[in-house]
Amino acid sequence: MSAHESQSESLKPTPAATASSRIGLTLFWIYVLLYAGFMALVLFRPDLLSLRPFGGVNLAIAYGMGLIAGAFLLAIIYMAACRAVEGGGPPRG
Amino acid sequence: MLYESSAAAIAIFAAFVLGVVGLSFYLGRKGQSAKGYYAAHGEIHWFVNGIAFAGDYLSAASFLGICGMIAFNGYDGFLYSIGFLAGWIVALFVIAEPIKALGKFTFADALDSRFNSRGIKLAVAISTLVVSIFYLIPQMVGAGDLIVPLLGLPHTVGVILVGVAVTMIVVTAGMVSTTWVQFIKGSLLVFFCGILAAMILNRGLVVGAGPAANLAPQVRTITPDGTVLIDGKPQSKDHDLRPVGTLKALPDRYAGKTSTGPLRPLEYLAALEDSTIVTWSSTKHSDAAGTHTTYSPVERKGSELLKPGGYFKGLSTGKLADRLDFASLMLALFCGTASLPHILIRYYTVKDAAAARKSTVVGIAAIGAFYVLTLYLGLGAMTSGALDPTSTNMAAPLLAKSFSTTLFAIISAIAFTTVLGTVSGLIMAGSGAVAHDLVENVFGIPMTDHEKVRCGKIAAVGLGIIAMVLGVLFRSFNVSFLVGWAFNIAASANLPALVMLLFWPRTTKQGIIAAVTVGMLSSLAWILMSADTFEKVYGWSRDASIVPFSQPGIVTIPLGFLVLVVVSLLTPPAPAVRRHG
Repeated sequence: MSAHESQSESLKPTPAATASSRIGLTLFWIYVLLYAGFMALVLFRPDLLSLRPFGGVNLAIAYGMGLIAGAFLLAIIYMAACRAVEGGGPPRG
Repeated sequence: MLYESSAAAIAIFAAFVLGVVGLSFYLGRKGQSAKGYYAAHGEIHWFVNGIAFAGDYLSAASFLGICGMIAFNGYDGFLYSIGFLAGWIVALFVIAEPIKALGKFTFADALDSRFNSRGIKLAVAISTLVVSIFYLIPQMVGAGDLIVPLLGLPHTVGVILVGVAVTMIVVTAGMVSTTWVQFIKGSLLVFFCGILAAMILNRGLVVGAGPAANLAPQVRTITPDGTVLIDGKPQSKDHDLRPVGTLKALPDRYAGKTSTGPLRPLEYLAALEDSTIVTWSSTKHSDAAGTHTTYSPVERKGSELLKPGGYFKGLSTGKLADRLDFASLMLALFCGTASLPHILIRYYTVKDAAAARKSTVVGIAAIGAFYVLTLYLGLGAMTSGALDPTSTNMAAPLLAKSFSTTLFAIISAIAFTTVLGTVSGLIMAGSGAVAHDLVENVFGIPMTDHEKVRCGKIAAVGLGIIAMVLGVLFRSFNVSFLVGWAFNIAASANLPALVMLLFWPRTTKQGIIAAVTVGMLSSLAWILMSADTFEKVYGWSRDASIVPFSQPGIVTIPLGFLVLVVVSLLTPPAPAVRRHG
């Protein structure tokens, strides 16, 4: 085995890393859908963004803030899921 | 007088800058090896790294540019906030852990991890330099803009001050000091923006009074000999443009009142939406007497300002090219974050993939909180009666000035530190590309550990000088607008290669070289031929532009993927295939 192949072997993803990656990609596509939905509204139905479905603020602000809060929420879910996959041990960072 | 420097402002500013540079000298003892200089020994704690991500990422564009864009154009500035934050989803879920596992010092290390190709290192090093330089321009412009009101010095002096301070930070201790500067800056920025937002909510909405309530148009003339006239008389301390940006009428439920009093966050937005606001637009014309810019008030309903279309006019006119331009920008913001070399190298400063993930989550929390605050800062500035009609970039500091001169000094100093943090990250990325990728790996010049560090420091000085020159040349641009270009180039050049390397085992080195080269050149060429560049850089007519819209990402990002797939299929696969993720 060459040094390069040996290095490649040592860096192969572990089952936990593969599982984390799958979770990450699933959450990624969920967010892509949310982001694409917002872009579609801005591009094709901007009139809907002026509506105030929640009383005070309009949909443009509510959706925009939701995308920011949603990113954080998905990040927390991802971190918790990765921890579970990796065995729930103490933080290693 | 819109701006007036004070001894207190200068003292606070000097304390901030000297404190940051002093910290660099202190930490300089720790970064003498190549691993220390380029990657802080991989020993940065994930929480510190997460806040440093915020310090690295929240640039002059985020702080000065977005606040200014919201203050002058309403909701559309917030679209930048949404796009900038969304990009971190790509970084966290797709890039963070693999890039940590693949790389050592630079982005080129990661892309070349499977191939050991000089071609990849060369293409990626050049792409890193191009992206970093495009990103440097708005930071330096923002620095120059800040110095004018704060210290009463010319724009050029501000640019030189940042250039010198940043070069010193990077040269003294590389990534160690850069990380701590970014950590301090990220913490201060989010904290003080939170304070400022709380003050805005506590003040509530107030019907305009004082000079800003005078709605007569204003004319600024620059005569052929360079004299500046305001409404036909020479500009002076006592005769200057009036500040602008006021609330004209509160919602009906506040009938008979001139102030709402303190408001909760959502109440503030709802009340503003039902208010009447005066924003200002400008028109320019030239004749034998000089160039005249006329600033005129425009009365608008809050509901108009809190929906898309104030800045991106195409969203309301419905022109296809304008819509594509907007979609292209938002795609570039989404894809660009995880392609920025100065962000990617931060993954090498933590010890493992789990730390990379956790630091990204901390970064998302800090950056997300900041972007929510930008909406309040921008809207607060819009009705503060303190805006400079000639500069969108000064909205946030002038908002602070509407509360107190001390707060103005603090916010300006933080904004200046913001520039220092981001520029030091960019120069670190650039110096790594020159010393580690180009000199050592492409040109094959053998270097000892000490020589690698020295070479990186020399490159940092060179990049600092380039940054200063560009900061002076591009001084009249909105900084968010300029950052949009950097995101387009980064996303077009780097993302296709990075994603395909991780997820498509058939990717070849020729495919990566072609994708990086074509993505970079096509996006760069598109920008240079766009209507915005024709008008704002060359001073030509927009109609003479060659491409149908200005933001290239929607064409050049898919082009990068296509080129990579086609070239990879036409070339032999790599002997050892490793797939991450």
